[in-house]
Amino acid sequence: MKTSHLKTLAGYIAGLIFGLGLAISGMTDPARVLGFLDVAGAWDPTLVFVLGGAVVTNFIGYRLVLRRPNPLFGERFQLPTRQDLDGRLIGGAALFGIGWGLSGYCPGPAFASIAGLTLPLAAMLVAMIAGWFLARAVPTSAR
Amino acid sequence: MDWSATLHGLIGGVLIGLSATWLMATLGRIAGISGILGQLFTVRPQGDSAWRLAFLAGLVSGPLVLMLAGGGLGNVVGAPGKVIGEPAGGVALMLVAGLLVGLGTSLGSGCTSGHGVCGLARLSPRSLVATITFLVAAIVTVYVVRHMIGGGA
Repeated sequence: MKTSHLKTLAGYIAGLIFGLGLAISGMTDPARVLGFLDVAGAWDPTLVFVLGGAVVTNFIGYRLVLRRPNPLFGERFQLPTRQDLDGRLIGGAALFGIGWGLSGYCPGPAFASIAGLTLPLAAMLVAMIAGWFLARAVPTSAR
Repeated sequence: MDWSATLHGLIGGVLIGLSATWLMATLGRIAGISGILGQLFTVRPQGDSAWRLAFLAGLVSGPLVLMLAGGGLGNVVGAPGKVIGEPAGGVALMLVAGLLVGLGTSLGSGCTSGHGVCGLARLSPRSLVATITFLVAAIVTVYVVRHMIGGGA
């Protein structure tokens, strides 16, 4: 099998496991997510276990994987190197949080829910892509 | 506490973590959905799009497999076994929310997966700040919508 095919297969497997994880955990239900975010209502702790389970598993996984000199089907590990905090990071995260709180959708669950596509979800996805293009018009000088 | 929902959350979370580890082990990439998906549209990276498309196909087929398999492995509120829940609002609300999510994740260099699942596992200070920021912003938003305005989402 050619390396390019292995890369594509590895990508598919990653997406499949990710999608299964989102669906089994209930993150493909905006009500589940909003229930967690509604700390003053009937609080739903499920998301704590989803994020906690994912971070702890991946923390251990990264420790094991990053001991290797390079990934199985790639030349190098592509890790972010920036350590500084800036307005773009914090302002962007705040805008994302408002959109997340309004809809209960972050990008993963929104895209993974395509198998149950509704008109509001389609609107969400189209607007999300428009938002990604819009961000490119924001000057990068604020660093 | 709903222990079934909690167990579902934990199992799903571990799977998401395994996926992120697998993507790093095989391709050396951060499993950040906003980056994988967004850059496919905006940057159109030459020779670097096949794995992204494959990842996204997998992401959609995960829930689809559960739906087709039946057996009630989903975790939708009030409908145990259902895999995909209904949107929390109409088209107008989703257009606003989608624009904010797209703009915000691009400016902030990541979403729940890239900053939350991957960044926190790398103990990245930027990801920690981003994760706290979007969690607080989302909690405040839900508080305003549900408890101050009332109705809506």
